[in-house]
Amino acid sequence: MNAFSLLFTYTAARLVLWMVLMFAFVGLNALVLVWVERKVAGYVQLRPGPLHVGPQGLLQPLADAVKLMGKQLLTPAAGDKVLFWAAPLLAFTPVMVCFLPMPFDPRFNPLPMNLGLVLILAFSGLGVVSLCLAGWGSNNKWSLLGAARAVAQSVAYEVPLLLSAMAVAICAGSLDLYTIVGRQGGWPWQWYGVKNPLAFVIFLICAVAETNRAPFDLPEGESELTAGFHTEYSGMGFGIFFLAEYANMVIVSGVAAALFLGGWQGPFLPGVWWFLLKIYGILLFIIWLRWTFPRVRFDQLLNLSWKWLTPLALLDFALAVVMAGMRI
Amino acid sequence: MIFSKIKDVLKGLKSLATGLGITGRAFCAKKVTVIYPQEEVDNLSTFRGMVELIGKEDAPEEPMCAACGNCAKACPSNCITILCPIPAKEGEAAQMGPAPQKGARTPGRFIMDFSLCCLCGQCIGSCARNGLQFSNDPYVVSFNRKDFQFDLLKRLHSQAHDRSDSDLPKAKPE
Repeated sequence: MNAFSLLFTYTAARLVLWMVLMFAFVGLNALVLVWVERKVAGYVQLRPGPLHVGPQGLLQPLADAVKLMGKQLLTPAAGDKVLFWAAPLLAFTPVMVCFLPMPFDPRFNPLPMNLGLVLILAFSGLGVVSLCLAGWGSNNKWSLLGAARAVAQSVAYEVPLLLSAMAVAICAGSLDLYTIVGRQGGWPWQWYGVKNPLAFVIFLICAVAETNRAPFDLPEGESELTAGFHTEYSGMGFGIFFLAEYANMVIVSGVAAALFLGGWQGPFLPGVWWFLLKIYGILLFIIWLRWTFPRVRFDQLLNLSWKWLTPLALLDFALAVVMAGMRI
Repeated sequence: MIFSKIKDVLKGLKSLATGLGITGRAFCAKKVTVIYPQEEVDNLSTFRGMVELIGKEDAPEEPMCAACGNCAKACPSNCITILCPIPAKEGEAAQMGPAPQKGARTPGRFIMDFSLCCLCGQCIGSCARNGLQFSNDPYVVSFNRKDFQFDLLKRLHSQAHDRSDSDLPKAKPE
């Protein structure tokens, strides 16, 4: 065995191990997040939330998952069968790729590359294709309207999202999330989120919109579209969309933590715990938003992006370029 | 122009923060849900359940009701039926007829079909003798529609019986 094949085997083994770990991580996270979501929903509404399955209702998401798996999978007779079932797969698979460059800890780096941020942005952009296919393949007016909304929303919010992410990348001088985190420090005043708060706020708003979470959950607005793009999905078809939504939330929170909150950097605790702590802080905030604000109207949604966030993000990007040029 | 726009934005941001504050405080506040089988609410006396007869103060088994039939007339869903003994003529078997009957001052049977009742309280308001009230028993439950045909007189009897049981002085342990 020569050196090259040894290196190849080593890299491949690392990658496979990472993928398996990430599948477990995403699955577990979805379970925990469903529980957290329902608990927060309950607490905000002065209810105790799930309580009876397991201690404090902790096993409730597991029971829900078993129920979902036990349900019959139906395909609409007039729908496009291939597109209909390609959609959930397409929703979930790119999510796994997005975890490859996620900087959990400087020691974990499974696939060293200098374009981690671009990889994440590119593959999370694929998510909207799955919503589009789901809406089209269902042959259902609600699904189609949901899909149309998803595409318009995604296009509108990707622009300020990219601009605010690029503002940080320019300051750090790198598109590698590990390097970007390395440029920040363990204390809040060393974070890009504090140095450039406008980009952080814009990124957070766009992240909520990109993951189709309330108050920007128009593609699945129950009151108007039944369930939007996933109206026709039963059982695990819906379950996979659900899983992908929560995985996407973890990804945007991870990227936000890495870009703006110093990633794994922090005193006392080992890096990975700091990263998870920051991710969960952002996730809690997103959940908190959902149970506070009502859904926006569609023109408000697009106006917010095109009239406010995009110009502000452009301004912020220009400022970041100047700051980077002056080496602040 | 631009200043008013900025003022609007600031106002909007402030209202968003206020909203987050409200839900944040609710998140930390004490929860009001009662986990039912393990806990029960303590204000059942305010519950307005099925209509029931009120007994006389000195004779709790006898209803205040004078069998005038006003409640049956007032009921919008026709769920009350009061039967009174018709004064029997010579050689005839005793019969019951709908209230009011001449000479009858007490109900023979007081039937309430709770499956029809809409709990509006018209009967209670129409009663000249204040002989009806809402009970505060929430456990009126059955799988069978027929179980909701209540004879309120029987109910009053058993209630008076239960009450007198519990009123009995308990044997003091020596």
